[in-house]
Amino acid sequence: MDIIIAYGVVFLVLAGVFGLFMAWGIGANDVANAMATSVGSRALTIKQAVLIAAVFEFAGAILAGGQVTKTIRKGIVDAGPISDSPELLVYGMLAALLAAGLWLLIASRKGWPVSTTHSIVGAIVGFAMVGIGMDAVKWDKVGMIVASWVVSPLLAGFLSYMLFRSVQGLILNTDDPFENAKKYVPYYIFLVGFIIALVTFVKGLKHVGLESSPAENYTYAFVIGLLVMVIGRHFVRQIKLDPSADKDFHYSNVERVFGVLMIITACAMAFAHGSNDVANAIGPVAAVVSIVTSGGEVAAESQLPMWILLLGGAGIVLGLVMYGTRVIATVGSHITELTPSRGFAATLAAAATVVLASGTGLPISTTHTLVGGVLGVGLARGMEALNLGVIRNIFMSWIITLPVGGVLAIIFFFTLKGIFG
Amino acid sequence: MPVGGYMSGIFGSSPVKPLQDHMAKVLACVGKLIPLFDAIMARQWDQVEVIQGEISNLEKDADKLKKRLRLHLPKGLFMPVSRRDLLEVLTMQDKIANRAKDIAGVILGRQLVLPEIIHADYRRYVQRCVDAVAQANRAINELDELVGTGFSGQEVKLVEEMINKLDEIESDTDRLQADIRHKLFAVEKELYPVDVMFLYEIIEWTGDVADRAQRVGSRLQLMLAR
Repeated sequence: MDIIIAYGVVFLVLAGVFGLFMAWGIGANDVANAMATSVGSRALTIKQAVLIAAVFEFAGAILAGGQVTKTIRKGIVDAGPISDSPELLVYGMLAALLAAGLWLLIASRKGWPVSTTHSIVGAIVGFAMVGIGMDAVKWDKVGMIVASWVVSPLLAGFLSYMLFRSVQGLILNTDDPFENAKKYVPYYIFLVGFIIALVTFVKGLKHVGLESSPAENYTYAFVIGLLVMVIGRHFVRQIKLDPSADKDFHYSNVERVFGVLMIITACAMAFAHGSNDVANAIGPVAAVVSIVTSGGEVAAESQLPMWILLLGGAGIVLGLVMYGTRVIATVGSHITELTPSRGFAATLAAAATVVLASGTGLPISTTHTLVGGVLGVGLARGMEALNLGVIRNIFMSWIITLPVGGVLAIIFFFTLKGIFG
Repeated sequence: MPVGGYMSGIFGSSPVKPLQDHMAKVLACVGKLIPLFDAIMARQWDQVEVIQGEISNLEKDADKLKKRLRLHLPKGLFMPVSRRDLLEVLTMQDKIANRAKDIAGVILGRQLVLPEIIHADYRRYVQRCVDAVAQANRAINELDELVGTGFSGQEVKLVEEMINKLDEIESDTDRLQADIRHKLFAVEKELYPVDVMFLYEIIEWTGDVADRAQRVGSRLQLMLAR
């Protein structure tokens, strides 16, 4: 207890700085993956993509980031056994942030694809196992998180397969794809708005102090879906058939209609990413802040302070603006084969999956989910060529990142323990 | 540094455009058979030599395109068509150009003279064989649209009709070939026997051009069926 009181301010500052750094890293590197399908399908320019990402990542972090933050903050470590020495949890959370941040820095320097989520979860489990004891890890919850890492790409793949199949049936394979695109795309737009709004209302908003009944949730989500649909339809209607654009490829006019949908889906993706990944940075911060402000109470049932969510959101936007723009440009220029009709199916499937996970409080990898979405479109014979080596990379990321994050966290944990006593 | 991790790595380079480029090159090569036979029938051997050179160069270009596409088709690539079907289409396309080169080479080498009696029929025969290749090219050119629709609906019907038309053209060439053989048979005793042997071979090879074009079509049909 004495340590918490003596070094309380130091811990708070350290947590704030580490958390901000981590959020910055997410903004600089991770956002590019989330926006890749949008920029790659040429529906957005780089500037538009960055603007959309900044606004919706921030909104997602603030409005729907609470549930996953709660999981990272107190869902993985059972603090019961160490209620006498809460400083251990503070060291652990700081160590986890440092470990994940450092590992991400090294990995992105080397160009290795690693997941922020896996780094932080690996780090937290690592310090808890060694620093506190095997019993300190809530293995059932960790098991659920790991299961969600397998399920989320599969679910996204399934959803994108179904979405793209429906696009084929309703639009692409009909006699007049252009007119049908104009007719049906607004309904897809409604779907995007409805799903994202619903999950946010049901699960996210209570963390910002808003409570609503299930009936209200559905009504609000429906209204928001309609609103987005009306806006989207306005833009869809402005698209006129350009016969000269159809010389080479019959579907170029159709793709222009899908371009509108892609932009809205990109917003949803940025929102989803913000809602899930902000927790990787601010979950540990929230844990530290909760312990310090309660004067050493490990199991304090305190509300997540708004300023922490703001810190995370701001960190992501800062990283995005400072460094992420360039990464988005690079990733976008690598992806040339993606058309808006495909990009939309893959991205919406991923965004829906991620937002669902955010609502359930499961920290998943947005990138892996998006890869699942892209592969789903491929299974529907929608992609010209996909590189399956990527799947191997995902497994490598699981096998390597988890232990590395854990070991680094253990090292930092004992270092901090040595410094502060 | 491969920035952005796997999202940029997941999209492989598409084999569709290179395959279409290869077929276009093959068509350009085979199309030279028409001026080639015109020159042969006019017995302008220097002109035949020029065209033979052009055919040979185009065939080499097609070969390069073929090799490049093969190198860019790693095993881990996930495509809407099977890798095997795609490679077989490519091989078959390439064989069309090879045949055109064989024909030009043998005729030039032996200064082979076509008897007057088969001239008219042969002109039509060569034209039909080139038509077959052009039709195969048209079908292959629909491959990007097929991917665009995910291999279903109207686009599949369109391509299937193209392939049926290709089959018709090929049957045409079979009929023409039979006529030409028949006419040659009637006069063969008056000709130099070794030349006659080669004439039959050239007739056969010219037919091969249409035959292989048709096989490109049937491979394409297999892709649709999956």
